[in-house]
Amino acid sequence: MNALFDLILSGLATGAIYALVAIGFTLLWQTSQTINFAQGEFVMLPAFFVLAILNAGAPFWLSAIIGVLLSAVVLGVLFKLIVVDPMLRHGVLPLAIATMALSVGIKESVKQFYSAEASPFPSLLPNTQLTIWGSPVSLQNIGVLVFGLAAVLSLNLFLERTSTGRQMQATAQNPAVARIVGIPVERMIMLTFLINAVLVALASLLVTPVYLAKFSSGEVLGQAAFVAAIVGGFNQVRGAIAGGLVIGVVDNLAAAYISTQYRAAVPLAMLIAIILFRPQGLVGRAEERTV
Amino acid sequence: MNVKLALAGAVLSAVFSSTAMAGQILLADVAELSGGGATVGTNWKNGIDLAVEEINAAGGILGNTIVVTHADSQSSPSVAKQQVQKALDSEPYALLGPGYSGSVKVAAPLAAEAGIANIMGGEAAELTKAGNKFLFRTSFGQQSSMPKVARFIAKDLKAKSVALVWVNNDFGKGGRDTVKAELEQLGVKIVADLSTEAGQADFAADVGKVKASGADAAFVYLNEEESARILKELKRQGVTLPLVGETTLTGQKVIELAGADANGAMAHVGLTTDAPVPEIKAFRERFVKKYNYVPDHNGLKGYLAVQMIKAGTEKMGKLDPKGLAAALHGLTISAAKQPGILMDVTISDTGDLDRQSFLVEAVNGKQVVKAVLEKLNK
Repeated sequence: MNALFDLILSGLATGAIYALVAIGFTLLWQTSQTINFAQGEFVMLPAFFVLAILNAGAPFWLSAIIGVLLSAVVLGVLFKLIVVDPMLRHGVLPLAIATMALSVGIKESVKQFYSAEASPFPSLLPNTQLTIWGSPVSLQNIGVLVFGLAAVLSLNLFLERTSTGRQMQATAQNPAVARIVGIPVERMIMLTFLINAVLVALASLLVTPVYLAKFSSGEVLGQAAFVAAIVGGFNQVRGAIAGGLVIGVVDNLAAAYISTQYRAAVPLAMLIAIILFRPQGLVGRAEERTV
Repeated sequence: MNVKLALAGAVLSAVFSSTAMAGQILLADVAELSGGGATVGTNWKNGIDLAVEEINAAGGILGNTIVVTHADSQSSPSVAKQQVQKALDSEPYALLGPGYSGSVKVAAPLAAEAGIANIMGGEAAELTKAGNKFLFRTSFGQQSSMPKVARFIAKDLKAKSVALVWVNNDFGKGGRDTVKAELEQLGVKIVADLSTEAGQADFAADVGKVKASGADAAFVYLNEEESARILKELKRQGVTLPLVGETTLTGQKVIELAGADANGAMAHVGLTTDAPVPEIKAFRERFVKKYNYVPDHNGLKGYLAVQMIKAGTEKMGKLDPKGLAAALHGLTISAAKQPGILMDVTISDTGDLDRQSFLVEAVNGKQVVKAVLEKLNK
């Protein structure tokens, strides 16, 4: 029982990180019909921003803050202005291909200019144990879960309860009508990219102490978050949250009770089943499109 | 016209078939410079470059300067095979690398076909059992190291049951098979036998299984980065079992990546820069001065690979790439006569090595040598 509890808890902690990354997929899809195939690398890169600032002699807390701000500029503003805006004029497919190229470009740049080797990364929380219902539980796991869920819930509150959040939703639902009623659509879209950048930077701070900072570490995360977004529902933020948590737990249970070798196959099998039988995802909204 | 064309062809062919010039010895290195084995390959390459620089500064080998080329296998056996084929086209004096056993398995037959010595970093037991007369190790094979690890678990730790965690590649499988057989012979029960994947990032489930197994000790046999990740996860889940491994578990890079979470991990190591051997300490200082970091055992392996070529060639007294392998078989290289070899070593007829080894523990970010295990045939 203790083993199962441990597995579910660590699965939820990993799932919370998947959720942070998966939300980015849904936000960008809703506001600009963009699928960012470099999303995994967007999680990897902020860790290297932080490491570069740490190496310059700054304390970790300051490095983390500057790293998140730098990510907002590079992965939010610059990504939108330099990659998304020029490519989107040519359609979604060229943009998707451009993000694939960006993914390779980011990885190779980190490898070339930082290192091909993994680097250690400081943890936000100490590696100590708590006792919950008689079982020793990692404070880091609890911290990651709480921090991840808090970020996700704050975002949800922002989208549901604030004027800006509702304007963003309106922009996502129908940009033409939103523009007519006076919503600054371009600013809302830019805000979405900024939110995505901050979320991936937070995910980076949470996951890198465990996965280590390495140019290739975004591959696994990007794929898991993409699967999570589809399983949960690509057009709903709550879908991404549900998908992230489900994939995190399923992945852990599959590794423990089926086989480590086939652990990656189980979420993919789930993905196929969802696409076949519930294409809108577990909590997504069915969309119709006139052709 | 035809004569001119033939001459031009001959010149071009000569230029492109060999990059080595008179008075030079061309060594071709194929290593894991990127991908999962980047730590292995980078250390190996730097060790080679340091040895080449030092030997050349001291007059080269029999008065010939060493020139070395490096190619990246991307930690993939198929890429390693292509790179070795490409390297052999330039007719090197000897082939260095790869470091991963799986890559060595596919690359070694090519060097054997070319008839040149292949001095590599792989540790899988099967590598030197295939009868390849051109293949040489730079560290112990698993058949030499695992019996020592098994004896340590059974006799020193007095463990009655063990959880095995190994990486599902040639290196990991070879180590797991050898240590499992040795442990069972010593009456130690295997209560968990967990294979993990190369490049795996999340070890929560595997560590959960180790915890649930009720083992007295855990044998952890993964590559460097994965070793660091599992040490972190073991600490995260509060596992307090004795952790025992071979070289990689307490490698310098692993300790750097895992930080305090590596403390207490124990391993049998064939090579360590923390060894209480004056020549190794001096090597470490030179390496740190040149590269600004402490090398792991792979740095030592790369360095020793070039030193072995020097010793074999000087034994022959001439540059004979085809004769180098035969010269190395049965050769004992003394550190007193060739300090670059760092410790006395004897190369067997199968390309395996016999030399001192060490039992170490990770303590506060350092490998601490707990015991020195002498050469089997002193």
